[in-house]
Amino acid sequence: MTFLSNLINGISLGSVYAIIALGYTMVYGIAKMLNFAHGDVIMVGAYISFCATTYLNLPPIVSVVLAMIVCTVLGVLIEGLAYKPLRKATSLAVLITAIGVSYFLQNVALLIWGSNPKTFSSMIHLGSVSLFDNKLIITAESIVTVLACIVIMIALTVFTKKSKMGKAMRAVSEDKDAAELMGINVNVTISVTFAIGSALAAIAGVLLCSAYPVLQPTTGSMPGIKAFTAAVFGGIGSIPGAMLGGILLGIIEIFSKSYISTQLADAIVFAVLIIVLLVKPTGILGKKITEKV
Amino acid sequence: MNKLKNLNKFTFTNIQSYGIVLLAFIIIFPLQKAGLLGNQISGLLVPTCTYVVMAISLSLTVGFLGELSLGHAGFMSVGAFSGVVCAACLQNSIASDPLRLLIAIIVGGFFAGVAGLVIGIPVIRLRGDYLAIVTLAFGEIIKNIMNCLYVGFDKNGIHFSMTSAEALGLIDAKPILNGPNGAQAITKISTFTSGIILIVVALFIVLNLVNSKTGRAVTAIRDNRIAAESVGIGVTKYKLTAFIISAVIAGMAGALYAMNFSTIKPTKFDFNTSILILVFVVLGGMKNIPGVMIATIVLYAMPELLRGFASYRMLIYAIVLILVMLATNSSGAKQFFEKISSKIKKDENADVQNGGVSNG
Repeated sequence: MTFLSNLINGISLGSVYAIIALGYTMVYGIAKMLNFAHGDVIMVGAYISFCATTYLNLPPIVSVVLAMIVCTVLGVLIEGLAYKPLRKATSLAVLITAIGVSYFLQNVALLIWGSNPKTFSSMIHLGSVSLFDNKLIITAESIVTVLACIVIMIALTVFTKKSKMGKAMRAVSEDKDAAELMGINVNVTISVTFAIGSALAAIAGVLLCSAYPVLQPTTGSMPGIKAFTAAVFGGIGSIPGAMLGGILLGIIEIFSKSYISTQLADAIVFAVLIIVLLVKPTGILGKKITEKV
Repeated sequence: MNKLKNLNKFTFTNIQSYGIVLLAFIIIFPLQKAGLLGNQISGLLVPTCTYVVMAISLSLTVGFLGELSLGHAGFMSVGAFSGVVCAACLQNSIASDPLRLLIAIIVGGFFAGVAGLVIGIPVIRLRGDYLAIVTLAFGEIIKNIMNCLYVGFDKNGIHFSMTSAEALGLIDAKPILNGPNGAQAITKISTFTSGIILIVVALFIVLNLVNSKTGRAVTAIRDNRIAAESVGIGVTKYKLTAFIISAVIAGMAGALYAMNFSTIKPTKFDFNTSILILVFVVLGGMKNIPGVMIATIVLYAMPELLRGFASYRMLIYAIVLILVMLATNSSGAKQFFEKISSKIKKDENADVQNGGVSNG
């Protein structure tokens, strides 16, 4: 029974990683950059919804929507101010800038909300499900998280396959210059990608903090890095890959926590990243990229 | 003619770099001996030296190798804890503090070099963002391992454990490394003089490496990997060499750093420390060693001295980091600078008339 409950916890944590990883994978696929600040957008989203429910007494749903709006604006602002001028710069310069943005967000949060961890009250007010004479308890948070992840993935897949903007995104990720020649506005497409990624980050932040209710300025950085691991694991640029990678990573993390060592769990997760990158750098569902000279 | 000019440039960098160290030593050493420095400044001397060495080491990876290492604090951690263990083991057999410190620093550098080799072999095969994220991952793995590493020393020799201090089975001795609590009761043997000597050693290694055949190969690989490969430069070999040397220097700095405090925890060497060093390197000008040294001294020592400023320190670092990257890399800023430089060049050419000034 512990095995089953661990598995469920793993899938639930993995779903959060998957939602974050979707943001990473879309941005990486289209703008070809590692948005290091993505994890901190999660933290901002969680703080916004925390403040909305605690100080303004707004209902949970409204607070989540508010967090999504704030994060979307934040994501677009970050992209426009910090990343857009560096479109043609080296990846080293872009990455250092992204790290700067990440630190900027963390320190602004530190100044606004302080370093003391806030206890995040769960946004999900539903009873948990008990099975097998209370031997297996599935929390409402787990169910909602997994459902949210599935809904988001299906919606995103449909969006990128069917809608005009989604097609533009795929075209830009395929070949930026050719897409521009076809009349696609590359800058708008990239901004929309950041907007979607950041809105997802807000949802992920609320779900993450509902399950693990400690909120502080550094809350987002570790899940952010792990979610990037998940995106690489599943194959960067691929939407189902992000979901698969996220869930596998969540399961690996929970299992190594309960069966190997709590302290070494993070080390094991990162070891997975290193092994994946060495054995199959394109990830499970990634496309093979050949380098042109 | 061109060769002479290049030579002069290198000599100039060398003179500048060693000059800064010498100047710092000449100013601070007599003050320290005379007891004119307050406790706060005296306490900052060794850490500042350590961070200067760390910045020089990271400058080799980021500036000359052109790869972003986000786990540099990991090498520092390996060097620090192996150095501490070594010094503690030799406590009774070697009475001379400077000699023990020297051995500890060498051991720290050695173990960090081994870590550099183990990490470097997989890491060097990757490029760009992937390489950065893997060094980050390795930094976290090192921190996690150090967090559950227990080492003790008694009359039977060294004991290791990954579970608890009790599992060491020590007789009449306390553990040297105590898991998450880190190293406790370290004998402080680091001095300002040893810090200055280590900076000179690091400078000597890095500056000579950069001006050597290996250094030119590394620069060629950074500028264009495929072109370098096609003229027969072994990419892996040279990259790995530079990476390991960088790790060794970081390890030596770590040993020096740890021996300046009575206790030190593994969490000290986390991602934030790596980023702090990266900020120094980027703001100092990446491969501009004298610049990196000055940036480290200013950015590390100043905020420590201005306490009230401390809470805004990282925020200001972050903003400066973004602005520097935007100013030096964005296409708009580039055009702006090109306009200015071409204007200056035009004026110079008009003055020289022969056109003797090449693009400098």
